[in-house]
Formats: sequence, C-alpha cells, structure tokens
Amino acid sequence: MPTNFMPSTEEYFRILPELILTLAGVLIMFLEALRKEGQKSNAGGVTLATLVAALIAAVMAGGSPGPAFHDMVFVDGFGTFFRILVLVVGLLTVLSSQSYLERHDAQIGEYYGLLLFSLVGQSLLCVSNELMMVFIGIEISSIASYIMAGFLRDDKRNNESALKYFLLGSFATAFLLYGVAWIYGITGTTNIDGIRQALLNNLPAVPLPAVGAAAALMLVGFAFKVSAVPFQAWAPDVYQGAPAPVSAFMSAGPKAAAFAVFTRVFLTAFGPIANRWEPILWIVALATMIVGNFAALTQTNIKRMLAYSSIAHAGYVLVAIVAHSEAGTAAVMFYLASYAFMNVGAFAAIVDYSRRNEKFVNISDLAGLGQKQPFTASMMTIYMLSLIGVPLTAGFFGKFYIFKAALESDLIWLTVLGLLNSAVAAYYYLRILVVMWMHEPGEAAESAPEASFGVKAVLFGSALATLVLGILPSLVLDFANRSANIIK
Amino acid sequence: MPTSELEKYFPVLVMAVIAAVMAASLTILSSVLGKRSKSPQKDTPYECGMAPTGDARDRFSIKFYLVAMIFILLDIEAVFLYPWAVVYRQLKWFAFFEMLLFIALVLVGYFYIWKKGALDWAIPERPRKAGPKTGTNLYREAA
Repeated sequence: MPTNFMPSTEEYFRILPELILTLAGVLIMFLEALRKEGQKSNAGGVTLATLVAALIAAVMAGGSPGPAFHDMVFVDGFGTFFRILVLVVGLLTVLSSQSYLERHDAQIGEYYGLLLFSLVGQSLLCVSNELMMVFIGIEISSIASYIMAGFLRDDKRNNESALKYFLLGSFATAFLLYGVAWIYGITGTTNIDGIRQALLNNLPAVPLPAVGAAAALMLVGFAFKVSAVPFQAWAPDVYQGAPAPVSAFMSAGPKAAAFAVFTRVFLTAFGPIANRWEPILWIVALATMIVGNFAALTQTNIKRMLAYSSIAHAGYVLVAIVAHSEAGTAAVMFYLASYAFMNVGAFAAIVDYSRRNEKFVNISDLAGLGQKQPFTASMMTIYMLSLIGVPLTAGFFGKFYIFKAALESDLIWLTVLGLLNSAVAAYYYLRILVVMWMHEPGEAAESAPEASFGVKAVLFGSALATLVLGILPSLVLDFANRSANIIK
Repeated sequence: MPTSELEKYFPVLVMAVIAAVMAASLTILSSVLGKRSKSPQKDTPYECGMAPTGDARDRFSIKFYLVAMIFILLDIEAVFLYPWAVVYRQLKWFAFFEMLLFIALVLVGYFYIWKKGALDWAIPERPRKAGPKTGTNLYREAA
C-alpha cells in the first residue's frame, strides 16, 4: 500500500473533462427531479455550456501529459485527440437533437444527462491505461447509449433498437471482461504497459494459446463495439430504429472511442504477439469492408444504408490497425476524425427532414431535395462525396493515409481489395446524389419544413470540417503523426 | 506428503466422489423403498398453504420491477461500503471524502427516483395521453 495515497492536483486536472461532464450530468438529473410537469427543461443549454467547458479542459489536460491515479489513466496526445473528437461529436449531437426532441414532445432533461454520462465513458476510454478502466469506460458509455437508443419509449422501433443493442452489447462486453480476466491470470496485471512488459520479458515461457485466447476474447468485445464482421449484425437494426440524432451520435462517438482503445490495447498490450493477431484482423478487415459495402448497395432506408456504410468504414480503419505502424496509427486518428464529421452530418440532414415519427426516411423520399432545399442538399452532397473519398474532401485523405500505411507495411492484397471496395461504395453514395438532384420533388420534398437552426449549424459545421480536413489535412495530420509514436 | 501438484487435490476428488455417491444413493433408496400414493394434491406446486389460483405467467404491475431494480441498485451500493471499511485506516481522509462523494452521488439518484414518483405505490388513475409520454411521473406513464 503506497503511503502517499492522496492524488495530486495535477492528477485531478488530468481527468477534469470527465469530472465536469459527471457533475453536469448529475446536476441535470437533480434539476430534472425538481422540474414541475409542464415546465420547460433548460438542460440543452446547460449541456452545451458543459461540453464547451469539457473541451477546454481536455485541451488543457492535453497540455500537461502524464499518468494519473496510479497509472489507471494516462493522458497523452493520442488520448487527447480522441477525447476532443468525442466531445465535438457530443456537441454536434446536442445541436441536432433539440428540434427532434421538440417534435416528438420529448423535451426532457434526461436525454442530455444520458448523453453527458455516455460521453464520460467515452472520454475515459480514450485515456484509459488499464483494462479495468477500459471495461468501466465501455460500460458507462454503453449503458447510457442503450437507453438513448430507446428514448421515445412509446415508439416500437425505438424499443426494438434499444433491446437489441442492450442484449447483444452486454453479451459482447462480457466477452471482453472474460478476456481481461484471462490476461490478468497470465500476466498478473491489467495495466496495458504492464501486460506488454510481461509478455516481452517472458515470451518463451508464456503459454501462447492462453494469451491468444485472451486476445481473441477481447477482440470479440472490441469488434462488437466498432461493428466489425462477424459482430456487425446489430448495427443496421439499432441505427435504423434509434432516433436519428442518437444514431448520428452512436455511429461516431462510441465508435471513435472504441477504436481508440482497440488500437491502444492491440498495438501496445498485445504488440509482442502481433504476428498472431494480424492475420485474423486482416480477414476481419476485409470481411467488414465487403459485407458493409455490398449490403449497403441494396438498402432503401437511409439510416440503414448509413449503418452499413459505417460498417464498411470500420473495415477501412481496421486496415490501418493491421498495418501496425506509426503511420497506421496516425491514419486511424485522421480517418476517425474525418469520418465523424461526414457521418454525423449525413444523419443530421434527415433529422428534420424525416418529420414526426420519422415518416420520410427512404432514399426515394429525398427526391427533389436539391430543388426544394438547396442548402441541405448541398451539404449532403459534400458528405456523400467525402464518404466516397473524392479529392478535396476529408474522406479522400483519410483513405489515402490508410492505404499508404497499408502499402508501407506490405499489405498489398488488402490495399487492392480495399480500393476495389471503395469503388463499389461509390454506387450507393452517388445514388443519393442522383435522387436528390435529378429526380422530380415527391411528396416528402414538397412538404419539407425548413431545417431548424441547430440542425443547420451542424450541417454547416460538419461540411466545413469535412472540407477543411480535405484541403488542409496537415492541420490534423501533423498532430496525429506527433502523437502516434505513443502507441508502440 | 503430496509429491506433485495434482496429488494435493486428491482430497478434493475424494470429497466430490463421496458427495456424488451420497446424493445418488439417497435418491435411489427413497425411490426404491419409499411408499407411493397418488392424489391430485401431490401434483400441486406446494403441498401446503394457499391453493394455486390461475397461471403464473400473468401480467402484473411494473411497480414490482421498479422496486426490485431500485432495491438491487442501493443494495450493491451498500456492499461497496465493506471493502471501503477494511482499508479505511490506511487511506484516512482520502477515503473519507471519496466515500462522502460516492454517497452524495447515490443520494442524488435517490432524490431523483423519489421525485419521479418511483416510490409512490398508489397513484390515482389518470387517462392516458396519446403519443410519447414526457411527463415527470414514472408511474403515471407506465401504469
């Protein structure tokens, strides 16, 4: 037992973003309990202010990197990058949620409280240096998102979405925890660096099948969270059934945090046995790209199509993890940042357009959007082009860095097959553009309401970020390159 | 003295065998030697007490689930106090304030469920509104 147990001020400072988010979340629950029926909740404003404060805290914490709470948390450039990313995703979600909640008579503070709690988990995941922290982070993040997926509780699709997400999600987390137990049994530690050291020091003596089993069990848990094949089946149903702003959030925030911890655990802790898991991830990456892209081709529902597209994009990111290099890690970071903006933007475009109870969510409902709402259609065009990977958008450089890293690591076949996959993907993204700009306006476009201010702000902000990352990628990439060496 | 790792576990094996033999022999003996009398009473779930009324797979009020859930939550939180008490002397004030914070958080949760009406057992009936329910009382909406 250490004699000086009291954490220093610096250590509290390093988890300040989480502290701010937790306090605000609890405060919202407190205020919500006091709110009288019929009284308006002002949790949305509180949440916006909180997220801005947490962002500042995350940037400041990133300025003084180091460990905290007995190495449970380690704040470094990599973690700070993802922390900022998930908080920005949270900010965009809040802005795009307000009109949606209003339309469904669900303007209650719990939504924002849950969002904040979910962000606490994700933010913690990004800087976790301990498998126990990873587990706790995943649980905090997931439990809040299970409830958010079923937030409109009288809506059948919401219930279906929440139940599927909860049952499969908790099952997957159990696998992860079992893997943690195995690795603790083998190495005697749950510290990520400690596991690496233990494996490096006694590699000949370590029972390889047991380490392999531990890594495989944890792979199941992470593959579920990032919706990689063969654990992707939940994503389309959950994204389709959940409220549109929640789908936007789930497909960007928890995914980015899960990828951050996936990268950290596999490259650092399981780095010494990389030659064992790389072939498996190679297959998983390829299968994820193929299943996502080919299933997306035939979808008629936009949310479902975006869900399959998000599976395909998880496949691209996995390619960068298989590359297993500094360039690969930097590519993971850059790709997830660009993916978050284009994906949240694409979901935000249908938040107001879909109307009450999400009446218009089919791709054919977008017919004539370009004529009736040129602003929304233009922004959607930018996201779709970026998702394809057209130059001058973030998606292009994202894919470019991933496949460059893959080539440098001699993954020639994976690169070729991945590029062929992106060609397939162009079809279903371009189809949306054709429907929006070239078809005559249908019932949905004729009666479409003006998008609310919050949604417009999200659309504009995401499009701007997509273009900035596509024209000046060095803004983010330089930082990514500098922090990538932390992950060995 | 046990010579190998495995021999250390020999008493456990003996114990397991004895337990299995005992259980099996008692069951078999009672079915071989025991007297049998068949009556409708024998087929009821309980031999004494109330006569069963209706099916067990019935719908019942969500209040029961809610109370059970809240009970488990607070119960687990109380369990957390035990390890804390064990290391309290070593951690001193740090542990004291950490636990204070923890209990404060639990209290906010308690306050929340109380104000939301999760602890009110009897709520006067109220007509159900159409559309998603966004009021502040859990029971009124769930009932």
